[in-house]
Amino acid sequence: MIDFIARRLIAIIPVLAVVAIFVFLMLRLTPGDPAAVIAGDNATSDQIADIRTKLGLDEPIWTQFAIWIGNVLQGNFGESFFFKKTVAELIAQRVEPTLALAICTLVFAVSLSVPIGVMAAYRQGSLLDRAVMGFSVLGFSVPGFVIGYCLIYVFAIELGWLPVQGYVRIGVNFWQFLERMVLPSLTLSVGFIALISRITRASVLEVLNEDYIRTARAKGLSNRVVLMRHALRNAAVPILTVIGLGIAILIGGAVVTESVFGLPGLGRLTVEAVLSRDFPTIQTVILLFSVVYVVVNLLIDISYTLFDPRIRY
Amino acid sequence: MSTEAKQPVLEVRNLSVALPKGGDRVHAVEKVSFTVNPGEIVCLVGESGSGKSVIAFTVMGLLAKALKPTSGEILLQGENILAASEDRLRELRCTRMSMIFQEPMTALNPVMTCGDQIDEVLSTHTQLDAATRKAKIIAILARVKLPEPERIYASFPHQLSGGQRQRIMIAMALVLDPVLLIADEPTTALDVTTQAEILKLVAELQAGQGTGVLFITHDFGVVAEIAHRVAVLRWGELVEMGPTEQILSRPVQGYTKMLISSVPSITPVHRGVRRDGTTILRTEKLGKTYTGNAFFQKARVVKAAVDVDLDIRRGETLGIVGESGSGKSTVARCIARLIDPTEGKVYIGDTEIATMSARKLRPHRRRVQIVFQDPYRSMNPRITVGDFIIEGPMNFGIGRQEAMARARKLMETVRLDPNALDRFPHQFSGGQRQRICIARALAMEPELLIADEAVSALDVSVQKQVLELLDEIRVRLNLAVLFITHDLRVAAQICDYVAVMSKGRVVEYGSAEQVFGSPKADYTKALFAAAPGRHWEFGKFAA
Repeated sequence: MIDFIARRLIAIIPVLAVVAIFVFLMLRLTPGDPAAVIAGDNATSDQIADIRTKLGLDEPIWTQFAIWIGNVLQGNFGESFFFKKTVAELIAQRVEPTLALAICTLVFAVSLSVPIGVMAAYRQGSLLDRAVMGFSVLGFSVPGFVIGYCLIYVFAIELGWLPVQGYVRIGVNFWQFLERMVLPSLTLSVGFIALISRITRASVLEVLNEDYIRTARAKGLSNRVVLMRHALRNAAVPILTVIGLGIAILIGGAVVTESVFGLPGLGRLTVEAVLSRDFPTIQTVILLFSVVYVVVNLLIDISYTLFDPRIRY
Repeated sequence: MSTEAKQPVLEVRNLSVALPKGGDRVHAVEKVSFTVNPGEIVCLVGESGSGKSVIAFTVMGLLAKALKPTSGEILLQGENILAASEDRLRELRCTRMSMIFQEPMTALNPVMTCGDQIDEVLSTHTQLDAATRKAKIIAILARVKLPEPERIYASFPHQLSGGQRQRIMIAMALVLDPVLLIADEPTTALDVTTQAEILKLVAELQAGQGTGVLFITHDFGVVAEIAHRVAVLRWGELVEMGPTEQILSRPVQGYTKMLISSVPSITPVHRGVRRDGTTILRTEKLGKTYTGNAFFQKARVVKAAVDVDLDIRRGETLGIVGESGSGKSTVARCIARLIDPTEGKVYIGDTEIATMSARKLRPHRRRVQIVFQDPYRSMNPRITVGDFIIEGPMNFGIGRQEAMARARKLMETVRLDPNALDRFPHQFSGGQRQRICIARALAMEPELLIADEAVSALDVSVQKQVLELLDEIRVRLNLAVLFITHDLRVAAQICDYVAVMSKGRVVEYGSAEQVFGSPKADYTKALFAAAPGRHWEFGKFAA
């Protein structure tokens, strides 16, 4: 087990190396000069050249890369070109809304979609089942911002139950924080619920054909016990896998959702950084996302052992 | 004796179960009546599709929703189960009637400990406290003769063998002393020695408690071993019922006679030892070792086959007999080079193929062909049987027309309609598919035909036909046949020579008469002693 975790942690290194090289090159090979953005519309070419020198952008590309990697390895992620702060500070400031959004979405989506999927499997072919299947097609195909604006229109503007936009820190006012989390999490959840409920349904359906389900029924157990204790736990592994993969959807969705609801999180920071060609910020945020993704999936792999004693690393 | 003891535990009266529309017949079970008395073992015997499992599941109330009982009564100690509510049925399950199933490997929940799974029965049906429940479970685990009950209690199913898992199932079924135990082919998936132990256990436990047992099987050996009375089923109808001795030795109905006559005898057929043909296959110290990959831990090494020396001449059949995990299939696969042997040599004719490179091996592939166990899964469901048969020859450069002509001829050889070549596998029965698989193998004009448990999935009457067909083909084409089986009766009927394998080694090797008549190795003796119904010579009746 420890052997397994150690190997998996070591395996993160090449992943990050590839991500780092890729992001670094992509940024420098795409058109758009950060110095020009910083200098503004009326700057002379001399002023721009000055800024370039100051930012170290006139060095050869491999030198820039070496300097950046050297700093990153020492825990120094550089200074934002644009926000006049270190990238570390910037991220620390922006991490809370994104984390809150991700956790709310995850909790909401999982606690809703797993029971829905189980019920759909149990009542295969029923109205409920077809409704769930229909919803999941819709959930996959409607883009997040459409859902976001629809929710805002109905719940914030027409009904006036919830605020339209904005964020209140959890430490400042918990109730207001929660109010402002509802619509964004709901928006981000839709695709996630569609995905997980579908996988849960398929996975439980498969398990329900297993011999040990027949054994459980032959023991005289109630349908609820058969379903929850015997079927769901055996169906857990594929569900967990998809939740892990879905973290990527969450990260991608956070960018759109935060923009729609004006949450000052990492998603919006990414958008702002990209628009202003803020290289150090973009690079660090992308690296951070990759670390999160890899670590979450490692945790998911480890959690398999909790559900299935046959899996041993 | 009290009056209750005299009342049958199970009385099935005039039971009919309808099949969904579009099935091959209207009723899965039609007007079946029989009783099971306390302390009695009643065997339901029949081939696949005879409705024997449907009867069992109807009694338990576990029938698939598509199947509906349409008439009759099922009385469990006088209470009509067909009229009982779902809640009442749930109360009865495991308290008055219990069931054990065919596949112990899959019948237990893999993510719960065995103890917890038995505990569920007690906590659902009784008010006992945790300590009493545990004591009761440990006691029943000891009663089904599982070693170290405490350890077994905390074990997960995958940590136990198939026989041990079936014991857990039996413990679970009997922990509340039900009056009726339904056993649905409980030993079919088990090795013959394990089967003998489980049969003995069931008989002991039911005799001790006076439990009535409804035992479902397709195996007349098992019937001879365990049954008090036998009911023979065909197409959902009860053909004949009576005491075991009467049914087995003096059957009245033609179908029963045919079934019993199909059971292969355990006494080998005398074909005379001929050693005149040229040697087709010879293995020298053939071995296969599996090595698990591990990063830091010690690598796991499994010796699946060790020092296997075999030879087969033209026109001979060599049988490899053994229990699961004995290495018999590994040897077959090494000979066909479906897997690469790790030690030793394999000669096909004069060519050594064990270490040959894949590219050089290709022209020799034609010479060894294999027929697998499961005719339902060894055919691609999306291509016609014609394409299935000609794929191999065409791969070796024969034109489509010629290959098709050969396929038509082979369909006749295996006694199928040549016009059926454009049909798909699902349009054939299991026995027909196995014939098609044989035709496919023969289309390559092999020198050695390997049959890997090729008749094990078939009903006895079909099995008999396929065995006869294989032998006829062997004689006609003067083929060398390597016949892998776990079934001693089958081996006795088809093999000239027999190699008995255990734990990857050949423990006994000789002519069939010699191995069956005077076995020398202890393992072979134990294997024969465990064969169900070995004392019973199944008669050959004119139907």
